[in-house]
Amino acid sequence: MIDNQIIATVVVHLFTAIIQLAFWSKTITQRILSIAGCIIGFIFSIILFTNVFNGSILTMNAANWEAPFGIVFVADLLSSTFVLLTSIAALAVSIFSAVGIGKARMHYGYFPMFHFLIMGLNGAFLTGDIFNLYVWFEVIIIASFVLLTLGGRKAQLEGAVKYMALNILASTFFLTGIGIIYGITGTLNMADLSLKIPLVQDQNIVNLTAIFFMIGFGIKSAVFPLYFWLPSSYHTPPSAVAAIFGGLLTKAGLYALFRVFTLIFIPNEFIKTVLVGLAIMTILTGVFGAIIRNNMRHLFSYLIVCHIGFIVGGLGLYTKVAFMGAIFYLIHDIMVKTNLFLISGLIRKLRGTMNMSKLGGLYAEYPKISLLIAVVLFSLVGIPPLSGFWPKIYLFEASFAGKSYLFLASLIIASFITLYVIAKLWAEVFWKEASTDEIVADSFQPLSRFKKTLLILPIGILACTSLFIGLYAEFIIQVANRISNEMLDPSPYIKAVLGK
Amino acid sequence: MRSAILQTASRYLLPILLLFSVFLLLRGHYYPGGGFVGGLVASIAFVLHSFAHGTVNTMKVLRYKPLTLIPIGLGIASLAMFMPVFFGLPVMTGLWLDEPIPVIGMLGSALLFDIGVYLVVIGVVLTILFTISLHTH
Repeated sequence: MIDNQIIATVVVHLFTAIIQLAFWSKTITQRILSIAGCIIGFIFSIILFTNVFNGSILTMNAANWEAPFGIVFVADLLSSTFVLLTSIAALAVSIFSAVGIGKARMHYGYFPMFHFLIMGLNGAFLTGDIFNLYVWFEVIIIASFVLLTLGGRKAQLEGAVKYMALNILASTFFLTGIGIIYGITGTLNMADLSLKIPLVQDQNIVNLTAIFFMIGFGIKSAVFPLYFWLPSSYHTPPSAVAAIFGGLLTKAGLYALFRVFTLIFIPNEFIKTVLVGLAIMTILTGVFGAIIRNNMRHLFSYLIVCHIGFIVGGLGLYTKVAFMGAIFYLIHDIMVKTNLFLISGLIRKLRGTMNMSKLGGLYAEYPKISLLIAVVLFSLVGIPPLSGFWPKIYLFEASFAGKSYLFLASLIIASFITLYVIAKLWAEVFWKEASTDEIVADSFQPLSRFKKTLLILPIGILACTSLFIGLYAEFIIQVANRISNEMLDPSPYIKAVLGK
Repeated sequence: MRSAILQTASRYLLPILLLFSVFLLLRGHYYPGGGFVGGLVASIAFVLHSFAHGTVNTMKVLRYKPLTLIPIGLGIASLAMFMPVFFGLPVMTGLWLDEPIPVIGMLGSALLFDIGVYLVVIGVVLTILFTISLHTH
C-alpha cells in the first residue's frame, strides 16, 4: 500500500535541518525555520494519529519493495502516539530554544542537530524493520552526542564520555542480538520475525537473544544496574537539550522494549520475573538517589530513572491492565519530564542557579509563573485528578492481580518519596525566603516581553497537555486500552504488514 | 616545507584525480565505486593540493567554503529520495529513464542520490581537515 503520509513527520524534520544548514550563520532564520518545521511536523503527526485512531494500521513499503524483503514503515497506534508526543515536546523545546540557547551554540549547528534528533526519534518509532530500528538509534546517538558536547565545557565532555561509552555498549548488544536473530530466522522484518520466532527449534537461543535485546534497550532506557550514565550526563547540557533528552531519549529505549517484547519475543516466566525485578531496583535506586540531591536537574534526572521503573514493571507484569498503566504513564511522563527540565532552565534564567539551597522566594516575586509550575509538579506527583494519578491506579491494580507485592510496595514507596521530594523542592525554591547573602543576576527581567513569552509559552503548552491528559483521562484510557490490545494480539499488525 | 616536485605534480594530479573521482561516481551503479568513494578521492585531490601549496591557497582554488557543499549535497540526495512522491510512488523508489544514455548507461534517481553523497563527503572531509590544519598553524 502506498501511504507516504507515514514518513511525512520524518521528512519534515530532515528538510528543516537541511535548509537550516544552508543558513549556517543566520541564527534568527534558523530559529524561525525551527519553529515552523516543528509546527508542520506537529500538524502531520496529528493527521497521522487521527488517521490511525479512526482507521486502521497504516504501512508503507519504502522504495516499493514488498514487505518481508524491503524496509517497511508501520504506524500502529503505539507508534503514532509516540510520534504525536514527540512532536508536541519538540515544538515546546524548539520555542524554548529560541531564547534559552546561547548564540554561540546556534553558530555551531544546534538547530540542525536538534532536527536530526527529532527525525531519528520519529524514524525509530515508525520503522517496522529491526535493523532499520538500529540505524535510527544510531542517528539518535550521533545527534544527541553533538548536542551534549556542543559548548565544550569540561563537565559536558565528562558527561558525554559516560553517555557515549554506555550507549555504544548498548548498541553493540543490540547489534549482536540482531545478528543472531538474522542467523536463526533469516529475516529482519518485525512482523515476519513474530511469525518465525515461535517456529525456531532451539528456543534456548531465542531466549538468549531476548536477553541481548533486554540489556541493549535496558541501558538505553536507563534501567538498573546500568542507569548511572543518565544522572551524570543530563545535568551538563543546556536545559532545552536536557529537556528533549529527559523527555524522549530514554523513552525511545522503552518503546523498543515494548515493541520487541510484545511482538517478537513473547517473554516466558523467567524474563517477566527479571523485568519486574529490574523495575523494582530501578524504582528504588532512582527515588533514593533523588532524596539527597540538591541540584534541581540532578533531582529530576533521578526521578526519570525512578519512573522508568514504573513503565518497565508494567511491561514485566504482562497483563492488559499493567500495559494500560504503563502506556498511560509513558504518555504522562514524556510531557511532564520534558517540562521539568524546561522549568529548571527557566528558574536558572530567573535566579542564575539551579541549586535548591541557594534558591528561594520565587512565589513572592513571580506568583503566576509559580502557579503554572505548580500544575506541572502536582501532575508529576499524581494528585488526583491530574495526569500522574490515573496510571498509578492501573499499575496498583495490575500488581495486586499479579500478586507481585514487592513491586506494589516499591510503587507506593516511590510515590510517597516523590511527593516528599517535590514538596521539599516547592518549599525550598518557592516559599523559602530568598537568600540575601548572595545576589544573583536576574537575566529574565531585562528581556523583552516577546522573549519572555517565548520562554513561558512552551511550559504552558506542556502544562496544558498534562492537564488535558489528567482531566480528559477517559480519552487517554481509550487510547491506552487499544494500544494494549494491539500489544497482546499482534495479528492485526502482522496482517497489515505482510497482508496475510 | 615546500617541495617543487610535489607542487608541480599536484598541479597535474588535481584535475586527474577529480576526473577519476567522477569516473568512480558514475561507475558506482553496477561496479565497485559510487558517491562515497568518489567523494573521498575528490577530497584527497584537494588535500594533496593543500599539502603542496598550503591550505590557504587551496581554499582560494575552491572559491567557496567546503561547508556550503553539505546542505547542497544533502538537498540533492533528499530530493532523489522524495521525488517518487510526485509520481505517486513510495519515497525512495528508484526512478529510471527508459532508454540508456550513451557512455553513462542507464540513468536514474539513484545517480542523483550518489551525486548528493559525493558532495556531502567532499564537504565533510574538507571541512574537518581544513579546520584542523588552519587551527594548528
